[in-house]
Amino acid sequence: MVIIWSVPTLGLFISSFRTRFDIQTTGWWNIFPHREWATTDTYNVQELGLDPSGVMEVEGVTGTFEELREGVMSPEGGKRVTWVGNRRLGRIEVQERIWTTTWNFSLDNYKQVLLGSQIPVTRPDGTVEMTPGQNMPQAFLNSLAVAVPSTIIPILIAAFAAYAFAWMNFPGRRIMFILVVGLIVVPLQIALVPILRDYNSLRLNGTFLAIWLAHTGFGLALATYLLFNYIRTLPRETLESAFIDGASHFTIFLKLVLPLSVPALASFFIFQFLWVWNDYLVALTFLGVDPSYKVLTQRLADLTGTFGNDWHLLTAGAFVTMILPLIVFFSLQRYFVRGMLAGSVKG
Amino acid sequence: MAQAESVKGSPTGQAPKPKTALELISWLGRLLLAIAIPFIAFAVLYAGFIWLRDSNAPRWLIAAVAILWGVGGVAMLYWIFNSIVERLPNQWTARLQPFVFVGPAMAILLWYLALPAVRTFYLSLFGRDGPPRGAGLIESLRSSAFVGLDNYAAIFSERLLTEALRNNLMWIIIGSTMSVVIGLIVAVLADRSKFERVAKSLIFLPMAISFVGASVIWNFVYEVRPEGSAQIGILNALTVALGGQPHPWDKWVQIAPWNNVFLILIVIWLQAGYAMVLYSAALKGIPEEIMEAARVDGATEVQAFFRIMIPSIAGTIITVWTTVVIFTLKIFDVVWVMTGGQFGTHVIATQFYRQSFTFRNSGYGSAIAIILLLTVIPVMIYNLKQFREQEAF
Repeated sequence: MVIIWSVPTLGLFISSFRTRFDIQTTGWWNIFPHREWATTDTYNVQELGLDPSGVMEVEGVTGTFEELREGVMSPEGGKRVTWVGNRRLGRIEVQERIWTTTWNFSLDNYKQVLLGSQIPVTRPDGTVEMTPGQNMPQAFLNSLAVAVPSTIIPILIAAFAAYAFAWMNFPGRRIMFILVVGLIVVPLQIALVPILRDYNSLRLNGTFLAIWLAHTGFGLALATYLLFNYIRTLPRETLESAFIDGASHFTIFLKLVLPLSVPALASFFIFQFLWVWNDYLVALTFLGVDPSYKVLTQRLADLTGTFGNDWHLLTAGAFVTMILPLIVFFSLQRYFVRGMLAGSVKG
Repeated sequence: MAQAESVKGSPTGQAPKPKTALELISWLGRLLLAIAIPFIAFAVLYAGFIWLRDSNAPRWLIAAVAILWGVGGVAMLYWIFNSIVERLPNQWTARLQPFVFVGPAMAILLWYLALPAVRTFYLSLFGRDGPPRGAGLIESLRSSAFVGLDNYAAIFSERLLTEALRNNLMWIIIGSTMSVVIGLIVAVLADRSKFERVAKSLIFLPMAISFVGASVIWNFVYEVRPEGSAQIGILNALTVALGGQPHPWDKWVQIAPWNNVFLILIVIWLQAGYAMVLYSAALKGIPEEIMEAARVDGATEVQAFFRIMIPSIAGTIITVWTTVVIFTLKIFDVVWVMTGGQFGTHVIATQFYRQSFTFRNSGYGSAIAIILLLTVIPVMIYNLKQFREQEAF
C-alpha cells in the first residue's frame, strides 16, 4: 500500500533528474538494475557476403531478411541476431541480454525551469542547443507574496474576532457567530463572479491586495471558528486577574491570548498556508493573465498546457512547486494533524 | 503609546480635562495627532498599494514589500482603531471595542461570502449578460434579460451540463467511498505495523501536494506511447508487460464515463492520508480493555473490526465522509489541468468556470454556483445543529 502510494511521486522525482532524452525513450524505473539487450558485435553485411533475397546464415542462426529484421534468437539461447538498417546498407548486430542500469543524472532540467535566460542544453548526439529558461523563481516569489499575507491576515482578523466572541459581550454576538458557523462550508465559487465585478469597479484586479482579501474571505469563517473553540478554553482566572490589574482588552489579547493560542494558530497557519500555496482557482480568477504576476500553480498548469510532452520541464517544475509545502508539511506535521482533528472542513 | 498610558492612568477613565493653557495645547495637540494618525496611516498604505501595483522593482523586493505592507498594514489598522476607541470615554470604549475586534471579520465575511450568495442568486435569474446596466430592481425584473428559472432548467437539460452533474455524482460516490475505505484499511494496518510513523507519513504526504502538482504526477503515470515503442508511463508499462494494450486512461473516451475513474483515483490518492489520520486518532481512542475483552471472548480479528472498531469510530467516519464529499463536490483543478473537461470529464466546478469566465455567461455560471451552494446546505444545517447542541454561548 505504502509502495503504491509512493510510486507516482517517486517516479516524478527520479525523472526530474534524468536527461530529456532518457525520459522520452525509457521508463524511469530503468535506473534500477534490469536486463536489456546490448550489442556485443557488429558486422558489415557486405563483408559477410550475405544475399538479402534468400535465407541467410549468420552467427549460427538462419533466417530471411524479414525474420532477421525482427531479430532471431540463437538456438542455444541468450543471443539475438538482428539486421539493422535497409537491405543494401544494413549491418548485423549480435545482442546479448545483460544486467544494466540507466544511470546518468543531471541538474539540467532544474536549470531550465529555474533560470530566466537562455540555457545551453546538450543533446544526446553532442550538439548544444539554446533553450529559453522558464524563470520559475519569479513565480515562486509571487507565490510567497500571495501565500504569506493570505495566511497571516486571516489569522490575525480571525483571532481578534474569536477573542471578541469568546470574552466580550456585545449585542448581536450570537447571531454573528451563527453566521460564521453557517458560512464555513459555503463554496467559494459562489463569490467569484460578484467579487470579480467589485474588483473591476475598484480597479483592484490583478493586484496582490485583491487576492489576499479573497483568500482571507474564503478562509476566515473556518479560522474564526477554530480559534474561537481554542480561545474559549483558555483559563478564565488568568484573564480575569489581568483585567483586575487594569489591562485593556487589546493588551490582554496581544500579550496573553495570542501567545497562549500558539498551538491553534500554528495548526491553522499550516492549513491555510498549504491551501493558499496550492490554490489554483482563486489565483486563476483574480490574478489574471499578466505572466509576471503568475503564481507557481499557474505556471505549472501553463507548462502542462504548452509543454505537455516535455517531461523534463514538467517533472522539475512540479518539484519546484512542491518543495516549500513539503518542508512546511514535514516540519509542522504535528500541528497539521492537530488542526485536522479540530475539524477543519472548509468551503 | 504615551497617550494610551495617560488615559489608563486616570482613575475614572474619563478623558483628561484641560486645566491650564499648557494642558489645553497639549490636549489639542493630542487630538490633532489622533485625527492625523489614521490619515497618515491610510496615506502610507495607499502609497504602498500604488507602488506594488505599478512598480518595476526586482521581484524579490516587491514580494518582500508586499508581505510587510499586507501583514503590517492589517496589524496597524487594528492598532489605530483600537487606540481611537480606547481614547473615548469608558462607556463608549466598552460599547465600541467589541466591534473593532469583530467588525473587520464580519465585514469581510459579508462582502466575500454572505452577500455574494444573494448576488449570485440574483444574477442566476438573468440571461448571459446579467441585469441591464443602471436599471433599478423592478426595472431589471421587468426587462427582457430576466429569464426566471430558465438557467436552472438548462442545467438539467443541456447535455454538457447534465454530463457534469453525472460526473460529479460519480466523483462523490466513488471518490468518497474509496477514500473512506482505503483510509480505514491503512489506519488499521498501520496501527499494527512496525513502520507506523514512516508508513503514515508517506501516505499522508500527498496532502501537501497541490492538485496541479498531483495532476502532473499522474499525467506521467498515465502517459501513453504508441503500441510497440517503449512505454514511459508506469501504468501502461505494467499493462504492456502483462500482455495488455496501452491506453490513454483518463483521456480514453471510448470507455466514458469510466475514464473519470482515473481522475477520481488522483483525489483518492490525495485524500486517503487525511482519512487515515482521523481514523488513527479515533482508533487510538478505543480503550484497549474493550478489544482485549473481545479477544478473550473468542472474537476473531474480523469480528472485532466490524463489531467494535467500526461502531466506535462511526462519528469519525461520518466526519471524514462529509469532508471528502464537500471536497469532491467542488473539484476543479485536477479536471481542469488533466483533461480540461474534454473526453466527457466535465464536473460542476469546471463547467462553472467555463460558463462564467470562458463563455462569459454569468446567468449559467451563477445558476451552477447556486446548485453547488444548495448541495452543501445539509452540511451547513448539520454544523449549525452541532453548534446549537454544544451551546457554547
